[in-house]
Amino acid sequence: MKNKKQDKGMVPKGTLPRVIKTLFEFYPKMMPTVLVFIVFSAIVSSIPSIFMQKVMNIIDVTYKSGDWNGISQKIFQYICILGGLYTLSLCACFTYTRMMAVITQGFLKKLRVKMFHIMQNLPIKYFDQNNHGDIMSYYTNDTDTLRQMISQSIPQLITSGVTVCSVFFLMLYFSVWLTLVVIFGIIIMFMVTKKVGSASAKYFIRQQHAIGKTEGYIEEMMNGQKVVKVFCHEEETEKAFDEINEALYQDSKSANSFANMLMPILNNIGNVLYVVVAVVGGILIASKVTNVSISGIPMGISIAVPFLNMTKQFCANISQVSQQINAVVMGLAGASRIFELIDQEAEVDDGYVTLVNAKEVNGEIVECEEHTGMWAWKHPHTADGSVTYTKLTGDVRLFDVDFGYEEGKIVLHNVDVYAEPGQKIAFVGSTGAGKTTITNLINRFYDIADGKIRYDGININKIKKADLRRSLGIVLQETNLFTGTVMDNIRYGKLEATDEECIAAAKLAGADDFITRLPEGYDTPLTGNGANLSQGQRQLIAIARAAVADPPVMILDEATSSIDTRTESIVQKGMDSLMKGRTVFVIAHRLSTIKNSDVIMVLEQGKIIERGSHETLLAEKGKYYQLYTGAFELD
Amino acid sequence: MLKKLARCIREYKKDTIITPIYIIFEVILECIIPMVIADLVTKIQYGCEMDVVIKYGVILVLMACFSLAFGGLAGASSAKAACGFAKNIRKDLFYKVQDFSFENIDRFSSSSLVTRLTTDVSNVQMAFMMIIRTAIRAPFMFVFSFVMAYVKVGKLASVFVVVVPILLFVLIMVIKTAMPLFRKVFKKYDALNNSIQENVKSMRVVKSFVREDYEKEKFTYAAEDVCADFTKADKILAWNTPIMQFCLYVVMIFVLYVGSYVIITTKGANINVGSLSAMLTYGMQILMSLMMISMIFVMVTLSVESAKRIVEVLDEESTIKNVEGEQLQFDVKDGSIDFEAVNFKYAKKASKMALSNINLSIASGETIGIIGGTGSSKSSLIQLIPRLYDVTEGTVKVAGVDVRKYDLESLRNAVAVVLQKNVLFSGTIKENLRWGNKEATDEEILEACKLAQADEFIQRFPDKYDTYIEQGGANVSGGQKQRLCIARALLKKPKILILDDSTSAVDTKTDALIRKAFAEYIPDTTKIIIAQRISSIQEADRIIVMDGGTITGVGTHVELLKNNNIYREIYTSQNKAGDKDEE
Repeated sequence: MKNKKQDKGMVPKGTLPRVIKTLFEFYPKMMPTVLVFIVFSAIVSSIPSIFMQKVMNIIDVTYKSGDWNGISQKIFQYICILGGLYTLSLCACFTYTRMMAVITQGFLKKLRVKMFHIMQNLPIKYFDQNNHGDIMSYYTNDTDTLRQMISQSIPQLITSGVTVCSVFFLMLYFSVWLTLVVIFGIIIMFMVTKKVGSASAKYFIRQQHAIGKTEGYIEEMMNGQKVVKVFCHEEETEKAFDEINEALYQDSKSANSFANMLMPILNNIGNVLYVVVAVVGGILIASKVTNVSISGIPMGISIAVPFLNMTKQFCANISQVSQQINAVVMGLAGASRIFELIDQEAEVDDGYVTLVNAKEVNGEIVECEEHTGMWAWKHPHTADGSVTYTKLTGDVRLFDVDFGYEEGKIVLHNVDVYAEPGQKIAFVGSTGAGKTTITNLINRFYDIADGKIRYDGININKIKKADLRRSLGIVLQETNLFTGTVMDNIRYGKLEATDEECIAAAKLAGADDFITRLPEGYDTPLTGNGANLSQGQRQLIAIARAAVADPPVMILDEATSSIDTRTESIVQKGMDSLMKGRTVFVIAHRLSTIKNSDVIMVLEQGKIIERGSHETLLAEKGKYYQLYTGAFELD
Repeated sequence: MLKKLARCIREYKKDTIITPIYIIFEVILECIIPMVIADLVTKIQYGCEMDVVIKYGVILVLMACFSLAFGGLAGASSAKAACGFAKNIRKDLFYKVQDFSFENIDRFSSSSLVTRLTTDVSNVQMAFMMIIRTAIRAPFMFVFSFVMAYVKVGKLASVFVVVVPILLFVLIMVIKTAMPLFRKVFKKYDALNNSIQENVKSMRVVKSFVREDYEKEKFTYAAEDVCADFTKADKILAWNTPIMQFCLYVVMIFVLYVGSYVIITTKGANINVGSLSAMLTYGMQILMSLMMISMIFVMVTLSVESAKRIVEVLDEESTIKNVEGEQLQFDVKDGSIDFEAVNFKYAKKASKMALSNINLSIASGETIGIIGGTGSSKSSLIQLIPRLYDVTEGTVKVAGVDVRKYDLESLRNAVAVVLQKNVLFSGTIKENLRWGNKEATDEEILEACKLAQADEFIQRFPDKYDTYIEQGGANVSGGQKQRLCIARALLKKPKILILDDSTSAVDTKTDALIRKAFAEYIPDTTKIIIAQRISSIQEADRIIVMDGGTITGVGTHVELLKNNNIYREIYTSQNKAGDKDEE
């Protein structure tokens, strides 16, 4: 997960425009408004210095006279203008900070929702190929960096940019010569920022590596802590940790040192610049050089003093910009990764055969609104515009199927499977033989490379994926339960199921017994994938979840592997009643689970090497016989 | 809590203390510089000579250099202090966890320990850096600027006495209102992220049940909830900037108006334009420092949660350690085990005993099989032997001595457990096996692997014993992993060897070979085998049948078949087809 961060700093071009574009897309009215307010606020807050200067000038000219009454009106006038400007600036500031709060959080929310929506539509392949930690970090780390960037950096950069521009203009208004001095100083500041910044970036990248390494080690050791204890290996682990920890310290120390130094360096270059401007100003005044400026005011103290103030303002803004650089780079890196997710291609579904409620009228299948317990495939024919209905029976056939997860690497060869309605088909074979792969093809998590798969005689590529999957129930070895009550989890199989239906399903799966003994029965909340339940109990809930969906075809992928044999024999009854009348594909490690299947297929390296019932296979004395008698290891 | 954390500063005390000192100097210079500049401006104003300007220039440049030096030094030393502090916290946490008993580990869960060692530590590190850099800087700058302003413009500076408390009050109010909201929303945010994680992990289920739209809806709702709360909190915080600006503007206008009045009516006697502009700079600095203080406040409050969670680990006392004050036994004489009236529960608060009234005597060298359904506390029973947990009542004795009287390391070296949830670590096979015995020779390793029937597949790897095992043993199969774990335990040459369902993924034939090897080569070692398969234990000298935390039967396979219902049930469930065949 952390490895991904190594490419930090190499943000693809066009990320910033895209972030901005997205901002405008999400907030087409608010974004321009807030920008206007920010710019307005920045302009308004840089103008007052002119009026302040005017007041100073007046004082400068008249203070020796001591005539307050004579000029108080004029000063008051300026102060009023100042007050007005300040009020405007305050209003703008107040408005935009609040709007930014709304925009930032709203943007993040919309982005998250968009990511989540896109993620839901991604093919399973994506989740198989990408580390789950990586996917998570899109939502956590990457969105967090964007928060910082949008809420703080963008307004700051705009404000500073506008301020720098307007101050620059004002500087020219006062004196071109002195402006040149300031420009010279700014160039130096930029160079230093670049130098220090890149040194700091180098160490920050190294720090990221070190963090990744440390976190990896911590994770590995925390997960293996009990083994460490059993082997009294504490000291060795501590020693290894010390080394990694020390390396992290060294890198983060350097990275942070450079980052911390940037501010004082820029500030003091600003101070020196201030001095230089003062000295040059002094020289200019003393040598009576003709001032070149927009205002045409001759060189004098009335120029030098405001100019010095502007220099200060200028430098302050530059160093504020430099402070945001890190946040911007990190935010853009985060954004570019988020865009990677958003740009992922969604699972394609061009199926047009749909699953509909049906009833039989005069021996003909007719579509109907209400739930009849009977389903049919609605098959529109584009050629002549007619629609045919085929009854859903659960007849699944694979003809000569080839498949590979990666191009050129075939994992299934010429697989033929014929499952008639109500039959129980079992797959046996070692890990990697392709058992799960076959089921992945039936529900179209992956698409076959060659061959045909027919469901009730229909090419499954023509069936809408959602409808295909709805007709298939699945129980996996790794049970995944969701945060919510036990009841919620069972109802996941059929959202409109009543409590009674759920309980009936739980009874069928043999789960009712332990559920009712839970502290709050069916209302017991489950968290962390049902951490408060045993593996076997979780699996029973998963079976109940599949049962409530009541699909014509079931896929049981090592569904009972974590249940001990004694409990399994209890569950078996539920499983048997669950399987009754359905086409079932079973994958099991324990051969006792599959003995009573109609057909058992033995897979080896993607090929079906033996097929037949338990008895015929035993009689053949082939691989299955070896497996059954324990002469061969599965796994 | 702070004291506990402060103890982690240790060798970085010097840097921690010196940082604020550097910063004080930096701040002093930062405050003096505008003063000197103001002076210079005045001098220029009065039409001084060029050499005076240059003299001032030199002084200012020198001060800037010093300020830069102090700023740089402060930056470096604060980085060193903060990173060092974080390093020490990580170290202390890690060492502490190494000290944990199983009970402690259960209480925290590994994922929460990982978060504490990573995210929480970096939060505290940030706050620490902030404190040593800014917590001194801000108040100091505040005081100094205030004093300077007073020196410069006299009574005019009293405007701050009015403005500052008001501003401070408002800032604190804003934060006080926003913080509880933030804390609440952070919890919701965590929950949101958890639900994403859950979803990513369960993608197959979501897709199988065609629940994409349902999940989308659920998520959108949750995200909107989080967003609404965040916006509310952020909006409150958004008051900060305008309020601060308001105060700044009020001060500016006041100073400008009253200042010009004073200057003109006194004919510039006490203050002049220069000091007026210096005063404005100080005003800015004073308000800035207040802003900084409020920011520190936010940062520190946010990191308090992290600090608490760190201290929670540091404060956790290991529930199992060598008993102090007693003569510890370092030598485990033989492999006999006695359970005497043992009751055990995992947590003090648990209402149900995991084991109740266990009485059992195992002779040295005996082979014991344990069988029972999930949740029958088979693992709990054997974990008491090497003191992975301590009994609640009663005693467990090894070689006739209470396990609590042994030195922990000696006891655990004599009692090797192959855990049910076992792990291999990233490293070569050899490195992994040497966990059992650091000094094991290659021959010893080979021998152990032969006993565990692991040599055969290791030889088939291209790099043999130097094959690199990926984290968690991802590149070996379940059965291979189990055999490696057994070999690792064998290398300890233990007096007692416990296999907790450690051959479940190994095929029956190999399983039998392992047991045969045990009987032949380590006959004196007491062997306890927990298994699901009857075939794994049926030849044991004695078999213990467990159900619901009690022993329901002890005897040989034949005896138990005759008089133990549960045993018979398990047996028939595993041999159903066999029975049919016989019929």
